[in-house]
Amino acid sequence: MELSYEVKDSYAEIRAAGRLNMVSAPKLREFVADVVASGSSRIVVNLEDTAFMDSSGLGALIGCLKAARQAGGDLRIAAVQPQVRMVLELTSMDRVLTSYASAAEAFGND
Amino acid sequence: MTRFWTRLVVVLTVVCGVNYVAWRWAASLNWDAWWIAVPLVAAETYSLIDVMLFGMTVWRLKIRKGAPPAAADATVDVFITTYNEPLDLVMTTALAAQRIRHPHSTWILDDGARPELRRLAEEHGLGYVTRSEDWKDMPRHAKAGNLNNALMVTEGEFLLILDADQIPEPDILEKTLGYFNNRRVALVQTPQYFSNVPADDPLGSQAPLFYGPIQQGKDGWNAAFFCGSNAILRREALMQLGLVGYVRETEKSIRRALAASQSAIRKARKSAHSESPLVVQMLNEVEAATQEARRRLDGGDSLSEITYRVRRRVDQAVQTLVQADVSALQADLEEIAAMELAHVGESGVPVVAEDAVQRMSARDWSPLGAMESVQAVLDALSVERTGEAQPVMPLATISVTEDMATAMRMHTMGWQSVYHHEVLAYGLAPEDIATMLTQRLRWAQGTIQVMLRENPLVQSGLKWGQRLMYLATMWTYLSGFAAVVYFAAPIVYLLLGILPVSSLSGDFFIRFIPFMIVNQLLFAVAGRGIPTWRGQQYSLALFPTWIKACTTAARNVWFGRPLGFAVTPKDRQTGGPSWSLIRPQIVVSVLLVFAAVVGIARLAAGLSEPIGTLVNVAWVVYDIAVMSILVRAVLYKGFEPELSHQEGDAVPAEGLIEERKIDGA
Repeated sequence: MELSYEVKDSYAEIRAAGRLNMVSAPKLREFVADVVASGSSRIVVNLEDTAFMDSSGLGALIGCLKAARQAGGDLRIAAVQPQVRMVLELTSMDRVLTSYASAAEAFGND
Repeated sequence: MTRFWTRLVVVLTVVCGVNYVAWRWAASLNWDAWWIAVPLVAAETYSLIDVMLFGMTVWRLKIRKGAPPAAADATVDVFITTYNEPLDLVMTTALAAQRIRHPHSTWILDDGARPELRRLAEEHGLGYVTRSEDWKDMPRHAKAGNLNNALMVTEGEFLLILDADQIPEPDILEKTLGYFNNRRVALVQTPQYFSNVPADDPLGSQAPLFYGPIQQGKDGWNAAFFCGSNAILRREALMQLGLVGYVRETEKSIRRALAASQSAIRKARKSAHSESPLVVQMLNEVEAATQEARRRLDGGDSLSEITYRVRRRVDQAVQTLVQADVSALQADLEEIAAMELAHVGESGVPVVAEDAVQRMSARDWSPLGAMESVQAVLDALSVERTGEAQPVMPLATISVTEDMATAMRMHTMGWQSVYHHEVLAYGLAPEDIATMLTQRLRWAQGTIQVMLRENPLVQSGLKWGQRLMYLATMWTYLSGFAAVVYFAAPIVYLLLGILPVSSLSGDFFIRFIPFMIVNQLLFAVAGRGIPTWRGQQYSLALFPTWIKACTTAARNVWFGRPLGFAVTPKDRQTGGPSWSLIRPQIVVSVLLVFAAVVGIARLAAGLSEPIGTLVNVAWVVYDIAVMSILVRAVLYKGFEPELSHQEGDAVPAEGLIEERKIDGA
């Protein structure tokens, strides 16, 4: 999985390209922890190029959400692909996370 | 063919059993002695249900022909869980695990965080995991917590879980991984077998009926369950459980907090601080924020959004109000300065520090922080699961036996399980009665906890067969209450001449004796020569343990009282025979013998009937035979391997293991 990030006006956008699974989950958690530590706690994970996600990947997102919240910010997800949407629904994680249409919209209203 | 005979005997047992017990309820109760008659018929009904559930289990007994070949690229983490076991014991298992043939990573999960074990692990190239920082001051959840912690730092597709004493065979993965080719399979359980148990098994350590017909029967109903060790699990299934559990717990906690918010705010309004207009305004804001949250929750907004808005709104309100307060303070300071201009000199007007507003709005300084009930509501309105070390807890933590609870949740989600009936790991059983009793108490407590917290009969994802299979295991742990009645009834008759049955006529024997015979026959046929007597003895003789397990687990689940739980020690306790551990059983035995003597004397004196006395004395003899195992258990001095095998093997009892395997095959 390819991880990259870019600091925008009011948030940091993280792009996770490829497969977010049990192998890459710990890497994502570490990556986000570093971004939060560097001072950006308002984070959008752009899942546009995330073709596949498993429960470990979702678990890592929850871990990242916790880290961002504890730093006083928030973590949001955007541009969710069909397979990922299915996993969100299967685990009822869509009760917790709202999927925004695009990264720009994620923090659009605050 | 065996299946036909098993099913035939099951049908006969059910017919004879229902025939007997229905007659007992309908036509045989001695209402004059209802206080013993009703408990006895209730105990008999309990036993009938027990044997019917057993019959249902073996009805679908599944004998598997072995797994297909595993995918060569399946990745596996082998977890060896330890807390305080001796280091050489842990390392023996870890090194054997390292020699498992299918490619894998071996990890020691050391809940004792022992530097020496870390060093040994590094020396041998083994992975070593201890709890992360997140677990500080959080509930640790024993072994389930240990595994949940390790799941976050490893990445294998499958997990082989081994207790520190369970030495695996090198082919354990080759023989089991192939079952996972079926993508719905989440669990493969293999037997737990103990290499330090003599042939007569005085402590009843081996469970041949359970790791045999019972698990094979459950397997037939897709209800074989996880027993904590010697099992392979699919990570995806565990993580999915963790996520579903996370969403459920988070939503529950948010709903609870919102329900409690009104009364918390009302209480805060009445408290001492409520004079201040600042506090009144803050409380109004909190109230408005929680009302908005409730509306959004009903409207289907996501939990992260709802909690974020509450926090944001409350924080902003606090900040605005504190800002107003500080501005007023600043104005006052300036006014004072203006009046005393001459005295200010060069330092100018004192200025409230820039970060003061932020600092004073923070939770610990804000006036809101002083109102604990309101603060508790706001803290609970979060998606971080602040009361736990990690938000996602894949292994269930509702019980001290995390294994069964986890398996049941997997089945609820539609996953499948497999029981592979071949010993592939060799463990160590307790070698003294004290440790054995602690272990049995723990298992029973855990099972009852699951029954009370997540009753299988009402779990919506389970099929009826699965529900009843889980109930069957839980049901057996209620036997302590029935045992007390079975001991009391003969004592009551022999001492007082009171019979709970209206008469011991032909009607009784013609119904009772066939039931008894087919009942024993069922165990013989289903067990296929497996020794089941030891198990029967312990299920009655440990009645104080079973009762204690039920009462402590009920108090724990319903009133939040501690279980008084201890880890099972793996090394032998020292000291002389511990008769005090079986005091209730000794008292009951003495009473039984005394009652038999009195009963015979009453018969001689013509005070009671011969048939009643005969039946009850026979009953006493059976009870004493059952309980006699405890004498051997108390006197048992631990396992001594036969001389021919004591040639300093690197792996203890390895030779004996080989011998057992040949014998057992």
